[in-house]
Amino acid sequence: MGGFMEEFVNVGKRIPKLDAEEKVTGKAIYIHDLKVPGMLHGKILYSPYPHAKIVSMDTSKAEKLPGVKAVLTGYNIPPIKFGVYKDNVPLKAKKVCSMRDEVAAVAATDPDIAEEALNLIKVEYEILPALFDPEEAMKEGAPLIHEEHVGGKEKKPTNVLNLPWRLVAGDVEEARKSSAYVAEDRFKVTWVAHCCLGTSGCLAQFDMKNNLTMYSITQIPSLAQRDYMEALAAMGLKDKKVRVIKTVIGGGFGSKLDTYAFEYIAILLAHKARKPVKILFSREEEFFATSPRQPAIIDIAQGCAKDGTLTFRDIRMILDNGAYTSWGATTPSVMMMPISSLYKVPNVRYVAKCVYTNNTYSQAMRGYGNPQATFAIDSQIDILAEMAGIDPLDFRMRNANTPGEVTPQNFKINTCGLRECIDVVAQKLDWRQNRGRRDGRGIGMASMIHVGGGARVYKSDGCGTIIKVDDFGTVNVITGATDMGQGSETVIAQIVAEELGVRIEDVVVTHTDTDICPWDVGAHASRTTFVAGNSAKGAAKKVKDQLLEVAAKSLGESPENLDIRDRTVFSKKDPEKKSPLGKVLRAAHYTAGGSMVMAENFYDPANENLDREFKGNLSVTYAYGTHGVEVEVDKETGQVEILKYIAAHDVGKAINPMLLEGQVYGGATMGIGYALTERLILKDGEVMNPNFLDYKMLTAKDVPNIETVVIETNDPFGPFGAKGIGEPGSVPTAPAIANAIYDAVGVRMKDLPITPEKVLAALKEKANPK
Amino acid sequence: MKRTISFTLNGEPIELEMEPHLTLLQLLREGLGLTGTKEGCGMGECGACTVLLDGKTVNSCIFPAMEADGKSVTTIEGLTDVQGNLHPIQKAFIEYGAVQCGFCTPGMVLSAKALLDENPKPTEEEIRGGIAGNLCRCTGYLQIVQAIKAVSGQ
Repeated sequence: MGGFMEEFVNVGKRIPKLDAEEKVTGKAIYIHDLKVPGMLHGKILYSPYPHAKIVSMDTSKAEKLPGVKAVLTGYNIPPIKFGVYKDNVPLKAKKVCSMRDEVAAVAATDPDIAEEALNLIKVEYEILPALFDPEEAMKEGAPLIHEEHVGGKEKKPTNVLNLPWRLVAGDVEEARKSSAYVAEDRFKVTWVAHCCLGTSGCLAQFDMKNNLTMYSITQIPSLAQRDYMEALAAMGLKDKKVRVIKTVIGGGFGSKLDTYAFEYIAILLAHKARKPVKILFSREEEFFATSPRQPAIIDIAQGCAKDGTLTFRDIRMILDNGAYTSWGATTPSVMMMPISSLYKVPNVRYVAKCVYTNNTYSQAMRGYGNPQATFAIDSQIDILAEMAGIDPLDFRMRNANTPGEVTPQNFKINTCGLRECIDVVAQKLDWRQNRGRRDGRGIGMASMIHVGGGARVYKSDGCGTIIKVDDFGTVNVITGATDMGQGSETVIAQIVAEELGVRIEDVVVTHTDTDICPWDVGAHASRTTFVAGNSAKGAAKKVKDQLLEVAAKSLGESPENLDIRDRTVFSKKDPEKKSPLGKVLRAAHYTAGGSMVMAENFYDPANENLDREFKGNLSVTYAYGTHGVEVEVDKETGQVEILKYIAAHDVGKAINPMLLEGQVYGGATMGIGYALTERLILKDGEVMNPNFLDYKMLTAKDVPNIETVVIETNDPFGPFGAKGIGEPGSVPTAPAIANAIYDAVGVRMKDLPITPEKVLAALKEKANPK
Repeated sequence: MKRTISFTLNGEPIELEMEPHLTLLQLLREGLGLTGTKEGCGMGECGACTVLLDGKTVNSCIFPAMEADGKSVTTIEGLTDVQGNLHPIQKAFIEYGAVQCGFCTPGMVLSAKALLDENPKPTEEEIRGGIAGNLCRCTGYLQIVQAIKAVSGQ
């Protein structure tokens, strides 16, 4: 079925999520609900200090406690190094570098016994001076977090990581000299937590031959499998197999894009105890022992010509890397995207330094650096526009990206609905009327770019699909994609049903087991609809071709003249010449010399890895959007109330408008929390608010009515024209709100979250400048 | 020392012996194998553990199971009727996209039920207030509010 003007049967429909029924009845099995016979419970002992030498550890009392089946410390585990920088070990032996460092672990018949056993473990520490400020940690003579770590040209001991984050395009120095206006500011963003309602956990189980099954909530089953196999190799189990089985996942948002220490600990405990071991995090552990969003100190300068044309963007960032390295340290590779390609800016320079400290360390989180960078960039766009005396709406329109453009990072923009998004937001906010009142009410906007057609972060950006059709017309779609609640299984089913001419209820999607499912790089970069969707569509096309070949014989028609709609194969020339799909299926194999109707399709988009200069067409297409906000600022309390919120997104094509809205509502709500209320508070390396009372997530009473606007640019490369939408909703929220606050009361907030205290302090400063 | 407790669970009388220190959540999930009710925080702050006690919402993770003695408890498993048909609230949640990861859903559905049983035609503000004790990270709440509005026929 081609042509975007045709009536779709399943695509574009508000079809309920396929697994919603098992979730509303409480039948869905999450990792918390999973039990296997003989299962033990694992618990972890954490460091009480942010930086200390481990002098000695005594686990003898813990080992003797009835019910305890295994006790492990860094002294008695094999050398497993994990993490992108390979600087982390599951249990620490020589020193602890943060208060989430895992020091010992226990497996017992009961979680309470395991907890009691932890209290019986004696660890002696020698406290070391600690660092909590990355700018301090960069200085000459600062205490070293990892003594063996050397860097720079002279290979001297340093807390600065050896990471190559540097992007240069054009000549920023020249552009600065020739700019009519230049804005220079420092912005700061801090840690926020994913707050998945389902806490983390896993269950490790070895079989009699030491092959491992990991029941997991990972977003990267194929890559996690590889990580676990590396761990097994370090344990002397090099050729053993690993099977990753996903339970229903209670929220992801990027938190499951890396493997954690607790997973290796579960594997080690299970191996030692010769019994399955389950580890489940408490909410407190979820807050302090999982990895939050990457903080950043952002020094940014942008310039423009007299007419508002952007001339350059010059950014330096310092990233608090915490004690160990996870995906947070790679966020600069994604920050480069808005830096080089949000609006047209010909000259770009970006340098980012990641610095070890004794704080917590960061992971991927919805947007993966994009919200952080966009906050700085699109807040400063308003600052620059004001300097130039140009309305920020006109300033954005003047510099808006356009289809066909190649950006300084060599991104090839094909479809681009940015102008349409800016335009609709301006209309809905009644921009010309409402802007500039400065009476406590204000409006603001901000835009975003994100990858929309996969992202070649690894060597492969592929996803495999296998489709098999049975005698009765049930279509089994086995995909490598991961559903973590966003609805990928439903969207895949819609795409297959549309392509194959069957009903949505005929399609069953399986995605949970690496023994069955094909390879996929993971649910990240908002790639699932695009990549897994294209993969499934391609497999469905192959199945359709097989079916039409078989039907051609019985209908006496050539396959090109046949089509399938609503479970019926028919001749396009003479629709009365038809055959029910089931009949065709049985004719295919239930005969001498028959064959099954099955196909596989591995789709790897035609995007590029970034080269050594971080340039290349990272994605096949890019998602654009604009958010517009109207706020009211209470000058007595500093409270910011959102009166109106509009989220306009260029989505290519909405395969399922209802699920798409869910992504925008959810993403924007997370982004509003990022802008106004959320902060993981660390003091001297300790998380001070590891609970929902003190960590301020938005409730149903707080969320404003968000109006979504869907712009369909019908991307030629997306499945039925679709682009990604999982992350974009979280990207432009903070600058849109900050810009609206400035319009309301004339204060420029550069430090997230924008709490009432900060607003009041800014208003006070404005009234009485020092 | 174990104590005896008897109460009505999802419409059926039940009597059992239990350790007196158990929370209602522990009794339901571990004692009775009813894993539909979830633990999200263990501190009564997120609402994932919401069950109905004599029709009113309680955070079962901090509610002593012994206090359910003589009362009627409704969990998510009790919402479908004897033929297995979904409750209208469950149907609406499915139809309006109010379910993503689903972890908050059982608690959210029960809070919605308690709200509508007491106030069949709530305003939007009352709906938001009725589920304010149930945190959700996936949906941004708006489709949940729409679902509840739809059930109330508004």
